[in-house]
Amino acid sequence: MYDFQYHRPASVDDAIKTLNGTSDGKILSGGMTLLPTMKQRLASPSDLVDLAAIAALRGIKADAKTVRIGAMTVHYDVHASADVKKAIPALSVLAGGIGDPMVRHRGTIGGSIANSDPSADYPAAVIGLGATITTNKRDIAADSFFKGLFETALEPGEVITAVTFPIPKRAGYAKFRQPASRYAMVGVFVAETASGVRVGVTGAGPCAYRVKAMEDALAKNFSADAIKDIKVPSDGLNADIHGSAEYRAHLVNVMAQRAVAAAK
Amino acid sequence: MGQFGVGQAVRRKEDLRLLTGGGRYLDDINVPGQAHAYILRSPHAHANILSIDTAEAKKAPGVVAILTGKDVLADKLGGVPCLAKPQSKDGKAMVDPGRPLLVADRVRFVGDYVALVIAETYKQAKDAAEQIVVDYDVLPAIIDTARANKPGAPAVWDQAPDNRVFHWHNGDEQKTKDAFAKAAKVVKLDLVNQRVVVASMEPRGALGQYDTATGRYTIHTPCQNVHMIQRIMAGCLNDKTENVRIVSPDVGGGFGMKVFAYPEQALMPWAAKKVGRAVKWTSDRSEAFLSDTQGRDHVTHAELAIDKDGKFLAVKVSNISNMGAYLSNFAPMVATHAGTGMMVGVYDIPAAYVEVLGVFTNTTFIDAYRGAGRPEASHVIERLVDIAAMELGISPIELRRRNFIKPEQMPYKTQLGHNYDSGDFFKTLDAGLKFADWDSFPQRKAEAAARGKLRGIGLAYYVECAAGGDEHAEIKFEAGGKVTLLVGTLTNGQGHATSYAQVLEDLLGVPFGDITLVQGDTDRIPNGNGTGGSKSMMLGASVIKKAADKIVEKGKKIAAHMLEAAETDIEFADGTFRIAGTDRKLSIAEIAAKSKDKANLPEGMEPGLDTRDKSDVHAGTYPNGAHVCEVEIDPETGVTEVVSYAVMDDFGKVVNPLLIAGQVHGGLAQGIGQVLLEHCIYDNETGQLLTGSYMDYAMPKADSMPSFKLAFNNVPCTTNPFGIKGAGEAGTVGALGCVVNGIVDAVKHLGIKHVEMPATPERMWRLINGASRKVA
Repeated sequence: MYDFQYHRPASVDDAIKTLNGTSDGKILSGGMTLLPTMKQRLASPSDLVDLAAIAALRGIKADAKTVRIGAMTVHYDVHASADVKKAIPALSVLAGGIGDPMVRHRGTIGGSIANSDPSADYPAAVIGLGATITTNKRDIAADSFFKGLFETALEPGEVITAVTFPIPKRAGYAKFRQPASRYAMVGVFVAETASGVRVGVTGAGPCAYRVKAMEDALAKNFSADAIKDIKVPSDGLNADIHGSAEYRAHLVNVMAQRAVAAAK
Repeated sequence: MGQFGVGQAVRRKEDLRLLTGGGRYLDDINVPGQAHAYILRSPHAHANILSIDTAEAKKAPGVVAILTGKDVLADKLGGVPCLAKPQSKDGKAMVDPGRPLLVADRVRFVGDYVALVIAETYKQAKDAAEQIVVDYDVLPAIIDTARANKPGAPAVWDQAPDNRVFHWHNGDEQKTKDAFAKAAKVVKLDLVNQRVVVASMEPRGALGQYDTATGRYTIHTPCQNVHMIQRIMAGCLNDKTENVRIVSPDVGGGFGMKVFAYPEQALMPWAAKKVGRAVKWTSDRSEAFLSDTQGRDHVTHAELAIDKDGKFLAVKVSNISNMGAYLSNFAPMVATHAGTGMMVGVYDIPAAYVEVLGVFTNTTFIDAYRGAGRPEASHVIERLVDIAAMELGISPIELRRRNFIKPEQMPYKTQLGHNYDSGDFFKTLDAGLKFADWDSFPQRKAEAAARGKLRGIGLAYYVECAAGGDEHAEIKFEAGGKVTLLVGTLTNGQGHATSYAQVLEDLLGVPFGDITLVQGDTDRIPNGNGTGGSKSMMLGASVIKKAADKIVEKGKKIAAHMLEAAETDIEFADGTFRIAGTDRKLSIAEIAAKSKDKANLPEGMEPGLDTRDKSDVHAGTYPNGAHVCEVEIDPETGVTEVVSYAVMDDFGKVVNPLLIAGQVHGGLAQGIGQVLLEHCIYDNETGQLLTGSYMDYAMPKADSMPSFKLAFNNVPCTTNPFGIKGAGEAGTVGALGCVVNGIVDAVKHLGIKHVEMPATPERMWRLINGASRKVA
């Protein structure tokens, strides 16, 4: 790790001000990706602006229609939240299956989403539930948030403050873990929401995306059988030593069926 | 035999210390004035070094010195030698290009040693290394084992234009050919034993010091054999062996990888002498992936000739073994004598012929990894037998029984030159099948099918050759009845402090808790052969017994003298010398204390009871046993799990069943890990390591394992005093064939006869999916 300046502002405004004053500063949320990258000397930001002291970014609020999660809420808190378990049990399951206990007590929902790692779990839920991402500047709909590999709609100086999930009728999440890292090689979040059935896929492509054909089929018949024969195209999917694009495409189908079967 | 005696499941006396942070590893050892070293490694698999410019780097903050291959040449340092040199079948000597401490002219793998940077802190050394400008002329690289010897492959070494290191053979080629000619059935198998990394929890490291007053070097380094490292380092440093002291602190796992000498262990003391202060280097994990010896990497073709009654007539194996870019200490032996020599397994096969082509590639060097050639051999023969059973329509159990070496044939000399001393394969197999509940497998298969899973059962009957040799021990009596035991073996997790104390308590009656093991210091222990090849318990116990017997003999003389009795009337038991049939006695502690005063001794006897001895048991031991596992495959995803595992082992004699279970469990985990998960992959063009971290190299985890069942059908070994057979590697030796056999059993209804390792989800999905399509 190279040397850097460390900042710990108390408000989002201060954080942005501090960030704007740096030559090549980065926001530090949970640091689950950024810190290992810096340790490997693959990233060398001049400054880290740590959001950990901003209390307003932490916490979970539920009402009749939505669950709002502060950007700095750690995965364990989402997993363990009684409100989340009651309103969107699949989201609790997803959060409880990220990484290991250490990651779950450090990693945050805002950090995970802002990074748009193709194998992160949360993007599947954000897409699958049609969440709204709130930043210091605006609200962004899930469908226009993830732009590509490690690429989002966030602009320079823009920080996620909260993610709001609509409460679905039912939802399920199933993931296939990469054998070494145990990240999601393919994760599928399926939800029956007020605005229709949504299928959010992570791991398979450069960033999280929806599978329209499955959504249509499930809207008619919300059962695993309804999507059994829907082949997902492998064009443009990720491929590495752990799984070819063709295998990932196949797994999207299998995991989608399992997510439907698990939905409640 | 007491509560802590031989055969008892005594808990490890070292655990409290290690589990409560009392371990003393290399990282805990730091000396005043110590500088830190970083090694600049090659980013290319194959390249000429045109120039190395260290001018800017030398000006970087904290830099003490920067040394390169030119300095190594100027100081005429030796290299790390290869100690095994199998001859080729054409009579030619092995190509042995040597292995310099730092490379001056041409790098040959990603991670090769280019420069040594010494600075006040590790970070400063690493920062400075980034300022070194190396001008490389990148050359084409050869990575693929099977292609290394083919025309057109780039040569790693000019002296081996076809990358051939050796082409060794063993057995009787003509006799084997004749047997194949009259076979009713020939079974063939092509198989790859993939490369794996060792991944010890503690990485390698070395702390080098030089004392100008005495002219001696001291090297602290976690290893498995201080005396071999001492000899090699003396050679590297061009100094006398007695001027090099090696100290191994606690070792956090070795698995063979820490047996071998590495350039860093010589670079640190060399640098220490040059800069006039201690120099320390510790590998980080990324470096470990690049520069620790790696294991396996064989491509094999095997054939088995069988007569009309299902009797094996001959076995024939040809194998290409990847050595990497340099020859590590024993790499050629692992591929030849150690492994391929065991290719006949537990079968009475009248003819055998094996040949091994060792090849250079632009990859990290290979050497012994738990099992060292024997898992590879057992995998081949146990797969061949299962395929034969499948093709002949005979049950794999029956076919094995038909061909087992019979107990009455023991001792049995195999066609490849091994002498099996003992073993009852029939009884051990029967016990193993019962233990695993083999007969009720169909019910479990049906139940799994109802859950949508393909369940298979696998059997392998392994035999392995654990090493023999000589070993040294000293038993010293300290104040207060305590005993210090100094042994030349080197526990790196095996629990010798416990198991040796059990042996010593039995032999001398010294309380288990009063015995302290000392190891791993060439100044305190003059000779030794370290730990490796599953030999420590057998050799350690043998030499401890020899020394203890001498102590009892001398103690009897002293007791007779002090009690004024005839020596023949003195008996020794439970730590007490006693005039037979009386209550006149002296404890061994009393004798030890009194023996220091000549007045208490018979005329002419040397004072003291301390005894040093050496034991030679050169015969190898042949642990063997039946492994039975069950696997379940999810046909939708290809995910394969080992759901049960039962082992019936013949370890001759068990000193501590708890420690043995630990050894077997660990061995199984490394075997199952290789079958299901592990694969060290290089990019075939560039030679870059694609699995350079745990993000991509799939290590087995606790949840990858079933709960293991272990029991024994011990047949005492006839070639050592305790009847012990080596147990440290046996789990791995049996596991590869067993698990692969189980996987194939689960998918054989699809016409699948063989599955390569690792049986990754995608590989299994493609096999099942492809086969299903064909069947449909």
